[in-house]
Order: sequence, then C-alpha cells, then structure tokens
Amino acid sequence: MPMFEAGDISVEVDEDGFIQDPDLWNEQLANALALTEGVETMGDEHWKLVKYLRDYYLQFGIAPMVRKLCKETGLPLKRVYELFPSGPAKGACKVAGLPKPTGCV
Amino acid sequence: MPKEYKTPMLDELEKGPWPSFVKEIKLAAKKNVMSNDLLGLLERSYNERLGHWKHGGIVGVFGYGGGVIGRYTDLPEEYPEISHFHTLRINQPSGWFYTTEALRTLCDIWDRHGSGLTNMHGSTGDIIFLGTKTDELEPIFKELTEAGFDLGGSGSDMRTPSCCVGPGRCEWACYDTLQRCYDITMKYQDELHRPAFPYKWKFKFSGCPNDCVAAIARADISIIGTWKDDIKMDQAEVKKYAENGVDIFNDVVLNCPAKCMKYDGDKLEINNNDCRRCMHCINVMPKALRPGDDKGAIVLIGAKAPIVEGALLSSVLIPFLNIDDDEEFEDFCDLVEEMQDVWCEEGKNRERVGEFIQRVGMGNFLEAVGVEPIPEMIAYPRDNPYIFFEMDEDEEEEEE
Ligand code: SF4
Ligand code: SF4
Repeated sequence: MPMFEAGDISVEVDEDGFIQDPDLWNEQLANALALTEGVETMGDEHWKLVKYLRDYYLQFGIAPMVRKLCKETGLPLKRVYELFPSGPAKGACKVAGLPKPTGCV
Repeated sequence: MPKEYKTPMLDELEKGPWPSFVKEIKLAAKKNVMSNDLLGLLERSYNERLGHWKHGGIVGVFGYGGGVIGRYTDLPEEYPEISHFHTLRINQPSGWFYTTEALRTLCDIWDRHGSGLTNMHGSTGDIIFLGTKTDELEPIFKELTEAGFDLGGSGSDMRTPSCCVGPGRCEWACYDTLQRCYDITMKYQDELHRPAFPYKWKFKFSGCPNDCVAAIARADISIIGTWKDDIKMDQAEVKKYAENGVDIFNDVVLNCPAKCMKYDGDKLEINNNDCRRCMHCINVMPKALRPGDDKGAIVLIGAKAPIVEGALLSSVLIPFLNIDDDEEFEDFCDLVEEMQDVWCEEGKNRERVGEFIQRVGMGNFLEAVGVEPIPEMIAYPRDNPYIFFEMDEDEEEEEE
C-alpha cells in the first residue's frame, strides 16, 4: 500500500490517495489531503462540507448522495466544485477521510 | 529496453481473416511501453484465467467529476508501465463525423500521453482512450480542450448523448438526430460533467425505428424517429422487386409483425392503421416503400442493460413529438428536467429511472411529473397499456 506523507504525517492510502483507516482522520490530516486536491486553504465552507460528509459517514457508513449533500449544506453543486475542484466524490470525500466512494463508471 | 513477452495464447487471436485487437496492441507495443506491458499482462490473464484489473478507481480532472475511469493492475511491480491504466471518455461529434485532421490531432495527443490505444467508438458512443497514468490526465485534458474536444460522461451523470448518423447520410431519418443530440449535449453540460444523479442517465437518438444506436435497449430516454401517416408506395417498383426475384409474399408480407400487408402477386396493400412502423418492409424494398411525410419522434423511457437489476426495454412516454420544432423540443426538455427532479428526489442510490418507475408504478410516476396517462403508453406495439385507468367520478355515478 502506498503511504501519504506530509510533514510528520504518515498514513496508509490506496492508489487514489484515499486514507485506509477512517479513524486516523484529523483536521491536520484534512488540511494536508486538501493540498493534494487543489485546495490551498480550507475555509469555513470547506469545513462545512467536510464535517457534513464525516458526520454522515460515521452515522450511516456510506457517503451521502451528491444531491443530498448540496441540499443539507445549502451549497449548490457549482459552489462545491469551486471549493473542491476535483468534485465532491474525489475531492471532498478524500479530505473528509471517507473510504473511496464506489459507483458504477 | 522494454521487456519482451512471449504470447502464444494471444497469438491465436491473430489468426483468421478478421480484425484482431491483438494485432493492434502489438502494433502499438512497438512504440509504446504501456501497450507492451499490456500484452504481457493479458497473456498472463489468459493463462491464469484471472483478470488482473482492480475495480473502480477514482481519478479525474479539476472541474469535472466524470469522464475518466480509474484502472489499476493488481500486479504493479511486475507490470510497472501499466500500474495505472486509466480510461478516458471523450465526447464524440454527433454522428461520428470527423475531418482526418481532427482524428490525427486526437491520435497525436494520445500517443504523447497514453498507450496509443483507442476504441472508436465505445458502446457509450464516446471516443475511448485506453490507458494512461494519473499525472498525464491534466495535460491530456488541456490539449484536448485546446483542440476543441471535451470529456464525456461517466459515473452517475448524464452520459454522453449519442445519435445515429441520421440525415447526415441516411434517407430514413425522420428527424434531425444530429442537431438534437448536439442540443441536449450543450444544454446539459453541468449534468454531463458533474455527477449528481442517483445513477447514470442516458439519451440516445435514432432517426427511425431501425434504431441503429439501440436506443430502445440502452437509453433511459430513447428518442426514435417515426411517422404518422401512410407508408409511401410505388407499385411499379414493387413489380420490379418481384421480377428481380424478391419473394414478396414470404419475405415481406409474412414477416410483417402486424400482419397488415396483402399481396396478390401483382399489387401490394398495407393497412396502415395496423402498421407498427417497424421498417421491415421498407428495409427489404427501399425503392418501393418509404416512411410517410408526417414525421417526428416517439419518446420512450426506462431502458437499461442488465447490471444491477435485469435488462429493461424502454416503453412509450410520448407517442409522437414533432421534435424538429423548437417549441416542442423545449417542452420536451422541460419534461426531461421534471423527470430528473422526481427521480433524483425519490430514487435510490444506483437505481436507474426504469427501475424507479417499476418500483413506484408508472401511474404514480406520470402523476409526479405531470403527464396525463394515455392509451398509447405501451411497452410493446399494439399491446395493452400498462396504465390502470380509474373511472372518474361522473363515470362512476353513471355505473351506479
Ligand atoms: S436509425 Fe434509421 S435513420 Fe438512423 S441511421 Fe439507422 S436506418 Fe438511418
Ligand atoms: S413497417 Fe412493419 S408493420 Fe408496417 S407494414 Fe411494414 S413490415 Fe408491416
């Protein structure tokens, strides 16, 4: 398994850079992962999304559907892509420390 | 020096007169290390009877959530050149018309950044670029967009709409498939690039019931050309077909699914009221028979290939739409958006709209999207409608 290293952080990730153990997540790690997804600094709206995703995941064990995410956070999809240019699944979920979302491609 | 792989199993697939993907990969492997490792891995898979691709990576380009499908081998140490082997879907032009220059541009971009292997075109209709590494994605995307191309759909988004060649080359086209496919593609760019649906959402446009893009079997929204009036007939040409040895009675009349044709050895008759607009007779005798003049499209909903649940064919939603008319087309788009909303609101994750309709019932679905049920809404031609028509109050009173 590849490792994600930044400063004194070192965690196991899969080949797409998603952390393997969601329990290792913390805000410092989120900041570091954000840099890999084109997010320079995590602002309030970034955290709002990330915290929503995390809470949802801890409660239900899966990522919410995109539409639900937009509705519950009040952030339109366009804004979500401005915040996380690689999108909710690849960007926001990765920063929130969720396992890789699955879906048919 | 790239590794040299012995490929006795693959070599078998080069034999015979037909095209061979092995030949193509070997050609590409002469100048591309990725294609070379691909040969080695494939041979190994054939020997072990085991696939060595992992399922479902998530990679992409900034700004988009779809268009790239992540692929990794589970043997990256042994086949390092294809440790990443991502697929790109690129939005094809309507009807797959290219200049040779455009094709060369595409291939050159791909030779610089990927395996050089393409699939023109995939079953989705897109141009498929097979095999590249994560680091190459942004550079490829930049070069593609500079050349006027864009990524297609993947995941739970509107998939790249596709259409038959239609009026570009085909005399049977009952509407302008090329134009409407382009219109839908441009109108729904957000939906195409930024997945936000419960699952995939496909549009396919066929110009006539021959349905060359298999819309009825594969698209959530199938738009198939048809006509309302009578089949046009030229009896003199019918005679010529007979003289030239066409067995009109056995090959045309008896094969008519509606059994609505008569032939007395001289004159052909069609009872157009019963005709199912299947195109069979027209395909056999194109000089003698043609679709009528009152042309348009039939819109069907809900087909899918068997992935999560079983396969479904589309069923009729709008029996006749003059889709070339801009106003009617706009109304159609409004309905599409209404249906998207209902499905997104109520649909489960990975539930295609056809499955959703099965779950909630067509009657309820129609009510939710604000469409009046009519008897023409059928799953098979000349079949019973699947709507349960309830008597309205007046009728009920009369009964009592
Ligand atoms: S679907 Fe009909 S109009 Fe389109 S290419 Fe095929 S035969 Fe022609
Ligand atoms: S189009 Fe099909 S149903 Fe209609 S007359 Fe010809 S064969 Fe029969």
